[in-house]
Amino acid sequence: MAEKILMKGNEAIAISAIRNGADGYFGYPITPQSEVMETLMKERPWLTTGMVVLQAESETSSINMVYGGACCGKKVLTSSSSPGISLMCEGLSYLAGAELPCVIVNCQRGGPGLGTIQPSQSDYNQCVKGGGHGDYNAIVLAPASAQDMYDFVDWGFDLAFKYRTPVIILADGIVGQMMEKVELRPEKPRMTKEELLKVAPWATTGKTADRPYNVITSLALESDVQERFNQKLAAKYAVIKEQEVKYEEYQTEDAEYVFVAFGCSARICEAVVDQLREEGIKAGLLRPVTLFPFPTKRIEELSGQVKSMMSIELNLGQMVDDVKLAVNGKCPVGFYGRQGGIIYTPDEIVEEFKKFNNLK
Amino acid sequence: MKEEIIIAGFGGQGVLSMGKILAYCAIMQDMEVTWMPSYGPEMRGGTANVCVIVSDKKISSPIVTKYDTAIILNQQSLDKFESTVKPGGLLVYDPNGIINPPTRTDIQICKIDAINVAAQVGNAKVYNMAVMGAYLKMKPIVKSENIDKGLAKCIPARYADLISLNKAAIEEGMKAVEVIR
Repeated sequence: MAEKILMKGNEAIAISAIRNGADGYFGYPITPQSEVMETLMKERPWLTTGMVVLQAESETSSINMVYGGACCGKKVLTSSSSPGISLMCEGLSYLAGAELPCVIVNCQRGGPGLGTIQPSQSDYNQCVKGGGHGDYNAIVLAPASAQDMYDFVDWGFDLAFKYRTPVIILADGIVGQMMEKVELRPEKPRMTKEELLKVAPWATTGKTADRPYNVITSLALESDVQERFNQKLAAKYAVIKEQEVKYEEYQTEDAEYVFVAFGCSARICEAVVDQLREEGIKAGLLRPVTLFPFPTKRIEELSGQVKSMMSIELNLGQMVDDVKLAVNGKCPVGFYGRQGGIIYTPDEIVEEFKKFNNLK
Repeated sequence: MKEEIIIAGFGGQGVLSMGKILAYCAIMQDMEVTWMPSYGPEMRGGTANVCVIVSDKKISSPIVTKYDTAIILNQQSLDKFESTVKPGGLLVYDPNGIINPPTRTDIQICKIDAINVAAQVGNAKVYNMAVMGAYLKMKPIVKSENIDKGLAKCIPARYADLISLNKAAIEEGMKAVEVIR
């Protein structure tokens, strides 16, 4: 049996990056994710795997260092929390526009503005719908445990390189700060130059005699070129929506009521489902693991089976719009949320659920 | 078996590390654990708390508002958490600095003079282990051998000589715990 180590979600991101052959991390400290860089600095991977760890002078700078590393076909990542992610959004749009792979971790805190340092899920719209300008989507993964944080780094890099797209790990203060058992998977070494040329033939690895001139850019001044590129992206997103949707279900087989919740909220809703089942109410939970692509089809299917659905989020109601689009009027869709870093208790959700469904 | 514990006190008393060691001891016994610290403004004001859940089964919500046990090391924490112990639950506290002791009659209340125990063991830094000993005496959720293994996991190899000191503090804490009601 592989060794299980007690670690914070943030530490798991750092350890996983090293063990999965990341080439570089560029970041800037911000609560509640500072342990990512702290752990990397403590581990000193530049002495072992050769991974670069660098504290940039700002988030704007770190995302552009990621852009630079990604242009060279390197496995690079950054992490931040909500206000820092806002600063990175320009870079995120450029990464999407230049079709560059990278992993960006957002350990969300409450906003808007500097907000609070407590957990939140209020960057759903920002991360899932874009954040930066232009017609693009990043793949968005929503971890709910320290093990997810560990596993999603490797999964994120796989997706990022497969589709040449930025991948966002949309975590929150709870998942980042909480310690849980983490099983360390077998290590993957960093890519050699030969492997890199195979995996990322588009990378700027230097002009050789047998290689044509190669520029990576997101600039296309001619409209027809830009439109062709937009349609290329659309085709790519269509494949992602078709092939990469991932979700988990809990007690949905015979459910008459289904909660939809991601990240830490899904954990809390699992306790809610147990509580309601004890009272004889057939409740279930659908946890989107990927937020883009969203499990639209499965939610649509479930909407034909249930009396109602309810989206539970640590915000004012963002994912609920996507749930409603998927349900398309087939059943009532409710919402309950808390903001400002306040976390709902299972009891509180049970009460709101009963209010919405006129149950006692 | 599922045990939801809140540990609260001043920053520096070893609240977070006690939670971590307890969690590791439980892992050594093949149990599931979550360790969720306060990292907000209250921590910057000098108080620290951590919620540790240990269970035989997968843990769903890491956030709870009622606890099976509260381990309390200062007055502020006592004021805040006494009411959150489930009826029939356990409250362990260190009486040093406590002006208004706990008043509830529907829970079990125990006292541990951990400052005194740590002084007897000979190192003030093992204060938190004396408290943990008191708790484990009242609720032996982990076996002695797993306490040893948990300590070995948490204490870096270069400080291996401190393992026996910590273990001594746990054992003395077990002896010194006083059941009030």
